[in-house]
Amino acid sequence: MTSLRSNTLSRWPTDELLCWVLRGTATIAGTIVLLIVVFLIVEALPALYHVGLPRFFTDPSWHPADGLYNLTPMLWGTLFAMTGSVLIATPLGILSAVFCHYYAPPTLARPYRRLIELLAGIPSVVYGFWGLVVLVPLIAEIQPPGPSLLAGILILTIMILPTITLMADASLANVPQQYLRGAAALGLPRWATIQSVVFPAAKSGLCTGVILETGRAIGETMAILMVCGNVVQIPSSIFDPIRTLTANIALEMAYALGDHRAALFVSGLVLMAMIVALVLAAEWISRGRVYG
Amino acid sequence: MAETLSRSQNPREWLAFALVWGSAALVTATFCWLLGDIVWHGLSHVSWTFLTAPPENAGRRGGIGPILVSTSLILGVCLAVSLPIGIGTAVLLAEFTSDQSLFGRMTRRSLDVLAGVPSIVFGLFGNAFFCKTLGLGFSILSGGLTLACMVLPILIRSTEEGFRAVPASYRLSAAALGLSRTTTLVHLLLPAAVPGLLVGLVLGVGRAIAETAALIFTSGYVDRMPESLLDSGRALSIHIFDLSMNVSGGDANAYASTLVLVIMLLAINGTASWLATYGLHRKVVTV
Repeated sequence: MTSLRSNTLSRWPTDELLCWVLRGTATIAGTIVLLIVVFLIVEALPALYHVGLPRFFTDPSWHPADGLYNLTPMLWGTLFAMTGSVLIATPLGILSAVFCHYYAPPTLARPYRRLIELLAGIPSVVYGFWGLVVLVPLIAEIQPPGPSLLAGILILTIMILPTITLMADASLANVPQQYLRGAAALGLPRWATIQSVVFPAAKSGLCTGVILETGRAIGETMAILMVCGNVVQIPSSIFDPIRTLTANIALEMAYALGDHRAALFVSGLVLMAMIVALVLAAEWISRGRVYG
Repeated sequence: MAETLSRSQNPREWLAFALVWGSAALVTATFCWLLGDIVWHGLSHVSWTFLTAPPENAGRRGGIGPILVSTSLILGVCLAVSLPIGIGTAVLLAEFTSDQSLFGRMTRRSLDVLAGVPSIVFGLFGNAFFCKTLGLGFSILSGGLTLACMVLPILIRSTEEGFRAVPASYRLSAAALGLSRTTTLVHLLLPAAVPGLLVGLVLGVGRAIAETAALIFTSGYVDRMPESLLDSGRALSIHIFDLSMNVSGGDANAYASTLVLVIMLLAINGTASWLATYGLHRKVVTV
């Protein structure tokens, strides 16, 4: 393939110019992540300096007006909502992809895939609104107050389901045909083939899907904000309201000043660190050892 | 596919069969419930007056005219900034760097991370950088610029795929004719890569319209008709959020606005997948 090196052979001055312009645009695109990290750190510094990192975990409560900055309840909120939704969405999503590939007749598989793509495109505020007017009242009938960890988990599940389904779908499509023919020749029934041939072969793709959906679950803001009740507490049951890190930022950014504002940027930094770790993990898994 | 896998009578096969069909049915039912609910409650409120009238009484009555204007202005700013940067980067990654070069690898990795950054973090960044440091304040410009950072990864990825789908023979023939690489790019590669570019554009627009969290602290809440790009303007998704959370009795208009947003997104996604299946294929084969 033609590459950058061959450019030195070009006799045209415009090529040189074009190349520099393109490098300029790519540099801008590439440095946005750095800019984000730098600005988060700069804005978070006052809090890290005045409050110090340990106090974000040891303060008695989250009362920024009184100078108390305990992020632990929000961390647990994020963690619970994420774990619950990933636990439900993963089997559901993988089974959906299996349905598309090995169970559904072709006339059903195509529309089903389109439906999942449509679900992926629906904005989070729409999910949040639907959760608020439909799910929350339903949950309130079972066990008041209604806005709760359970509502958050259910909404998040619907939101991250397309991510894992589409990833699983893509990795099932990459399983070599001869594996399936081999299994058929051995007389393996359908589910046994899927369980012992398809899943191991598609392992790395499935893991990447789980990591990506986890990232989405951590970063989701609006839907969670609308259905979770936003009480700062460590929940004792799934019917208790919770507040996540992201919702906390969205709620308090509007009026936060000084150290309070900086503390919100600290939680932004925490989120960013989680996402970077997940992206690196996904890259590490998907590189190379596909059938390992 | 199904034919190559034999049927069996054993109970585990039946259980798996039931589970797979059951989860597909569950997902479909949830989707229909969600969409049906929004269409059912929203349809009766959507009319031409609703789309053009200004909101009254904090949005409880009136329409969404100025909000649609603000939304399109934010989108316009976002595309005006992200398109040149996105296309430039995609061209560089696909045509002018080898996959192994350090610069290419670093750019790609940084874009991967950027694609995963939560939207609320974009909001924090936009607030700190565009609103405060650059002094743009809560404005349509800040919101559009924040969204531009957000849609870049999507835009670059599909555009790059569009360029990679162009057969290598184009480049070799152009080189054999002694064309400069600029000419090759402008007259041969760019037209052939247009479908990929359009897919990226449409997906980017979809992501930008759907966004809420990144806009709350950058473009703001003001629901008046914006007079310039430095005015604060409320995007449609923020309007839905505000009506359902902060305004009691705003549910009817929230349903209608949600329906408008969902219809826009369904149209956008439909266009994207139509382009991806037919546009890409046709162009590359017949040009």
